[in-house]
Amino acid sequence: MRITVDLAKCQDHGQCAIAAPAVFQMDEEGRLVYEGNPDESYRFEVEEAADVCPVQAILIED
Amino acid sequence: MSARVAVVGASLAGLRAAEQLRSAGFVGPVTVFGEEPYPPYNRPPLSKEVLSAPGDADPHRLHGMVAFRRRAAVGDVDFRLGRRVVGSDLAGGVLRLGDGSRETFDALVVATGLRPRRLPLPGPAAGRFVLRTLDDCVSLRAALLPGARVVVIGAGFIGCEVAATALGKGCRVTVVEPAGAPMNRVLGERLGQAVQRHHERAGMTFVIGHAPAAYPGDAAVSGVELDDGRVLEADLVIEAVGSTPNVEWLDGNPGLDLSDGVLCDNRLAVVGADVAVAVAVGDVARFPNPLFDDVPRRVEHWSIPTDTARRAAATLTALLAGTEPDPAPFTPIPSFWSDQLDLRFQSYGSPGLADEVRVHEGDLDDVRAGLLATFHRRSAHVGTVAINLSPARQRELREAFTVLASAA
Repeated sequence: MRITVDLAKCQDHGQCAIAAPAVFQMDEEGRLVYEGNPDESYRFEVEEAADVCPVQAILIED
Repeated sequence: MSARVAVVGASLAGLRAAEQLRSAGFVGPVTVFGEEPYPPYNRPPLSKEVLSAPGDADPHRLHGMVAFRRRAAVGDVDFRLGRRVVGSDLAGGVLRLGDGSRETFDALVVATGLRPRRLPLPGPAAGRFVLRTLDDCVSLRAALLPGARVVVIGAGFIGCEVAATALGKGCRVTVVEPAGAPMNRVLGERLGQAVQRHHERAGMTFVIGHAPAAYPGDAAVSGVELDDGRVLEADLVIEAVGSTPNVEWLDGNPGLDLSDGVLCDNRLAVVGADVAVAVAVGDVARFPNPLFDDVPRRVEHWSIPTDTARRAAATLTALLAGTEPDPAPFTPIPSFWSDQLDLRFQSYGSPGLADEVRVHEGDLDDVRAGLLATFHRRSAHVGTVAINLSPARQRELREAFTVLASAA
């Protein structure tokens, strides 16, 4: 599974880091860091993270 | 033959319902009816980014800013856009459309959401705006010119967001609110007043404790006359005074409770629709959340369409298969955010239920520096609101409710 986050859209709401903490984290400065090629086993929570992103910045490329 | 599901409403809730039906393993035909001509799009940016974005007002370009991506799993879902459903017969499995045609279904998802309430005040129609749809946003955008005198009626979250965006565009902005401090139904009076002071320092004017009585003007609104006779001059007026659930198309079906949205049980099955398989999703659904109590409520928070769609799809799929829906209680944690000037609000739980607000971090005279408040009802923690708190802390704020949810 490949993930890209549109960083021009991302506003650091941090909701993805709640939904899929193994893949998305907010660092000490409150900025997003994420794993671009997570294991397929994370698909459910990654889809949830994409769903709950307030600015819909997360793209899952199947 | 496989059952046919009709989803009425093609906004976030309708889209998520279609997606979640596929996720739940439903493979039959799904048709989504939407009144608006646009494919499903995200509404929150309409009061902020889309309203303030530079460039032309082409609705299709603006729609591109907020359109939801279509997942491959819903590639075979039939979206009928620009098709308004005006009536229904649940027992017969029939929808009546605005053009007089009829469609049949075996199972129904109610996802028709809300429309803005309009004030029944005398005065011209031109110059009066509301904000809910992309078309509303396109109209309002064209009127929000630098120097324009804008009066916003209603100091809830949408009113305050629009007021902040208008101020950012160089408008002169007055917010009229009859019922106390801005956003006080969620934030409480003291925190609402703190935000009011912040917004006033940025140049926003508030008129609290007075209601509009009339809109003077001939061809277009020229101001707002208040209940004390005062007139606020205005080039445009934006009404942000709450919403009305879109349920009229369900009128006439016996057994339904449509007194405030559509009454559902905790599984999102429509109460009284025993003759049909029907669920409701999004902010039109009134359901009990055991996280707080057993009182059914509609929840107008952005997280709710996604949460209710997942549960409603599971319920619908089980009912169609003749199996028992998941007995585990449905305890979604409502959440929303709001961006106003240099403030970002993030909310978890239902702060609006509280009778007490406790400020844990921050200074009410400088909310911009960061503030954390918890909301309590009979001392039970029911909500959390953060202003300008680090995104790194959001998880911990929501976590408190995850614990409550697992105990519910």
